[in-house]
Amino acid sequence: MQRRTLVIVAALCASALPAFAQTALDDVLARKQINIAIPTDFPPYGFVGTDMAPQGLDIDMARLIAAKLGVKVELVPVTSANRIPYLQTKKADLVISTLGKNAEREKVIDFTAAYSPFFQAVFAPKNVVVKGAGDLAGKTVGVTRGAIEDMELTKIAPPSADIKRFEDNNATVAAFVSGQVQVLATGASVAGNMIARNPALSVEYKFVLKDSPNFIGVAKGEDKLRLKVNQIIAEAKASGEIDRMATKWLGRPAGELPLQ
Amino acid sequence: MSHLDFAAVLVQWPALLRGALVTLLLTAIATAGGLVLGVACGWARAWGPKPLAAAVGVYVELIRNTPFIVQLFFVFFGLPSLGVKFTPEIASVLAMVINLGAYAAEIVRAGIEGTPRGQIEAARSLAMNEWQVFLRVVLPPALGRVWPAMVSQIVIVMLGSAVCGQIATAELSYQANLIQSRNFRAFEAFIVATAIYLLMSIGLRHGLNWAGRRFVFGR
Repeated sequence: MQRRTLVIVAALCASALPAFAQTALDDVLARKQINIAIPTDFPPYGFVGTDMAPQGLDIDMARLIAAKLGVKVELVPVTSANRIPYLQTKKADLVISTLGKNAEREKVIDFTAAYSPFFQAVFAPKNVVVKGAGDLAGKTVGVTRGAIEDMELTKIAPPSADIKRFEDNNATVAAFVSGQVQVLATGASVAGNMIARNPALSVEYKFVLKDSPNFIGVAKGEDKLRLKVNQIIAEAKASGEIDRMATKWLGRPAGELPLQ
Repeated sequence: MSHLDFAAVLVQWPALLRGALVTLLLTAIATAGGLVLGVACGWARAWGPKPLAAAVGVYVELIRNTPFIVQLFFVFFGLPSLGVKFTPEIASVLAMVINLGAYAAEIVRAGIEGTPRGQIEAARSLAMNEWQVFLRVVLPPALGRVWPAMVSQIVIVMLGSAVCGQIATAELSYQANLIQSRNFRAFEAFIVATAIYLLMSIGLRHGLNWAGRRFVFGR
């Protein structure tokens, strides 16, 4: 029994061992298809339309990159919690999924230049007084586990704040809308969408957690693919394509986006 | 993905331990509640008055033919619209009791219906009333017959509690998910969590087999 368990564990470990060579770009071109991880629970960046097909800014970006590479695009729906494992296990060649950049993430994956703007903030009904992080004391705060706002909130929230971490944005928003948490920490787009659908809650913006433009994630060390994508982003910026996309989905141009 | 690094996960052992304890606590309460509910519903379906048996039948079929996570979401996200709010922990326990109760009801019913007629007639001829017949003559050997199936069902419920993390109950898989969302050691975190689940399942199975003989139906 024990020996068999050991064998199974060893087999699992072996199958997880990586290939170190930079092969992602060649692989993509050879199979004439690129697998891109996209969100489907994050309007307007990625959501499922009435025709059940994914759409949004991230999906447009994915299609743009595939078109410039001259390959077919395969959209892989992911959540905030599992998008980095998808990249690590090569289930996706790129992650275009409102991915913010931070030091912890840079240890395990690489990032291209930024392609769209984003910020995270704290939201609550008007009658809940929250002016800064200190006011979260004694309140229940809903957040999506593993998202940037989770990291930021965990850093600044007082110990008596009761942070409830949910699996994905849908669960987090559902918990807030149904009154299971008093305060919501999430991205501006998710909050905007929730506020528009639930005017009766009279939710307002309280304070910003982090300005974090979105980057495209590539597997660690895949520099050939990363530089190719950077080149595509630079061309799209120059041609106004990036601003057109931001205006279409976010209602304002992308503005200055960091290259690193 | 780079080399496997279990140290990054194991250094979080207090969180894993807390998660394992929450999982065990959820399972313990769900087992106690689910067994009582299961015996009551099993009696109602096998011996109870017709309308009650029919009502219990609806409950059993409703729960056994829907996914656990839907039941959990209904309790946590659905009931607040009716004005009933639970903490994630209470909602998890409640969903687990309701779920186990339905499966346990069918298992107990199978045990009850396997009772030889002669045993019941013998008990009645000794002037025992219906409650005495059920509690002293029918139920203990019935539970003995179906105990292995019951233990399996309880283990399934414990493993199923992994989805309770979705509503922010801090059980074992929630902690594993939280750890991997912080250090991105997803593979290592889930292997460690799997090993803990495996140990807990084996322990729970042995413990329940022993407890069954000792307290529930043994002599």
